[in-house]
Amino acid sequence: MHRLRKIKDKGARWFMRVMAFSAILILLIIGIMLFLKAYPVIRENSLLKLLSSSNWKPTAGEFGFLPFIISTLYVSAIALIIAFPLSLLSAIYLNSYASEGVRRVIEPVTDLLSGIPPVIYGVWGTITIVPFIARNIAPGFAGSSSGYSVMAGGVVLAVMVIPLMVGLFTEIFNSIPSEMTDASLSLGATKWQTVKRVILRRSLPGIVAVTVLALSRAFGETMAVLMVCGNSIRIPHSLLDACYPLPALIANNYGEMLSIPGYESALMLAALILFVIVFIFNGLSRFTLNRLERRFHF
Amino acid sequence: MLMKRLEENIFRVLMITATLVISGLLLFILGTIIWKGAPALSWDMVTKLPGGGFYLGREGGVLNAIAGSFYVITGAVAMSMIISVPVVMYVNFYLQHKSILAGFVRFCFDILLGIPSIVYGAFGFALMIFLGMRASLGGGIITVGMLITPIMMRSFDEVARLLPGELTDSLLSLGSTKFEMIKVVMRQLMPGFITAALLATGRGIGDAATVLFTAGYTDNLPGALSQPAATLPLSIFFQLGSPVPEVQDRAYASALILTGLILMLSFTARYFSSRFSKHKI
Repeated sequence: MHRLRKIKDKGARWFMRVMAFSAILILLIIGIMLFLKAYPVIRENSLLKLLSSSNWKPTAGEFGFLPFIISTLYVSAIALIIAFPLSLLSAIYLNSYASEGVRRVIEPVTDLLSGIPPVIYGVWGTITIVPFIARNIAPGFAGSSSGYSVMAGGVVLAVMVIPLMVGLFTEIFNSIPSEMTDASLSLGATKWQTVKRVILRRSLPGIVAVTVLALSRAFGETMAVLMVCGNSIRIPHSLLDACYPLPALIANNYGEMLSIPGYESALMLAALILFVIVFIFNGLSRFTLNRLERRFHF
Repeated sequence: MLMKRLEENIFRVLMITATLVISGLLLFILGTIIWKGAPALSWDMVTKLPGGGFYLGREGGVLNAIAGSFYVITGAVAMSMIISVPVVMYVNFYLQHKSILAGFVRFCFDILLGIPSIVYGAFGFALMIFLGMRASLGGGIITVGMLITPIMMRSFDEVARLLPGELTDSLLSLGSTKFEMIKVVMRQLMPGFITAALLATGRGIGDAATVLFTAGYTDNLPGALSQPAATLPLSIFFQLGSPVPEVQDRAYASALILTGLILMLSFTARYFSSRFSKHKI
């Protein structure tokens, strides 16, 4: 009886340990597999050339990733420019101004927003944002645009990263000890002065970390952006041009045109680029957030 | 003094506006989906397979996609439970409180959490080629399972971390082994576990990029793990790409079905997590 219990405990412990290590292993396997698959195309062309050329002719063996990289950066930048101020202001409001009742109403709102699938955001974007740009914005500037553009991708993406940013910002602000804000308020500072001089200054590393995290989420978002950004292979020159981000490149072509030599490898390189960028961005920001967490014990 | 008040008020207005805009966005999105989807929604949509001329706008429904999504997510959630429960238990109850290994495992899962679903999709497909599999229900389950395991692990871990040390201490001091302790602790953590599983279900069922290459697409119900399976997000995506207006309308109706499913899951998850906080020791 006694021995059986010990054996069960030992067995369970080993099983759990193996599971925990296999999780670490999966991360390694993904990285190695993507690298091995992408290696042939890196060997044939230099990495620098792949990243800086804008010639995308798979049948001729030319793979220039520049249009896709620029598109990704462009769309993500627009998304953050829209999402950052909205999320920050809203998070400050929820943390320092809103009553308990308001907070209880808004919290499910961000929860539900973050739960909506990318495809639904894409459908929403094609129904509302794309025609709006084509009809109301484009005629004022460039003349004609189908509406499927950098701007549409940026707006849809902004709406998608807002719930993530609001949630994490609020968490960071909540972790600031109330003694600090109380001290500032009791010295006669207004609420906004307290926010500016205590809360924002105190949580600056956290704000940067969250922004980097949101940026890496934006880089990898596939379906919603793919549905509204037009997918034409060239470097976008204005907000109203169509663009073609990296994830959309993989989604549109992978699995179909594997008979062209080097194509699969090139698409795997796109996945590897995303993986490496997200790995670095995520790693840095999670590291910062974890350290903040330890400091404040939230 | 006046400047101080003015600045205060300007920012207060800005903050309220930002919050209203964000709440308005949710209503705007849900409103658009309902407004476009409701007219095309019919009983046939949810109970029938695509008929002969379905993609030309004739009879049929998206039962294939609903059933396929259901099969994929059931398998994927089962897979992610099998991985995340032992890992969370190990990290929280077997390792020391400030263990470096525990921190490292959590860190790895945080990175996995951030990896875009398209990368999981591409990796899953490469893995399937490597194993000699074709686009199938099984492949979809494995890939979606990989996507949702970090989500499940993180939200379950957050609940497990909050478990008061007194409970585990008293169990151990009564002479139970750690494994026996975990069986008791699991009961206490059950609502949090269900919330985590529902969250993961919501994320997995709505993701298109993971199943794009791995699960395939079919007009029939999948009969075996080795057969392709249609999924709801892909069905929306393909129907929306059609030039036929009736088919596009059906894409909106399918979007409404998916949104309804997600909202239901979300509310159930909230219910369980509020129950959890009520019974917390």
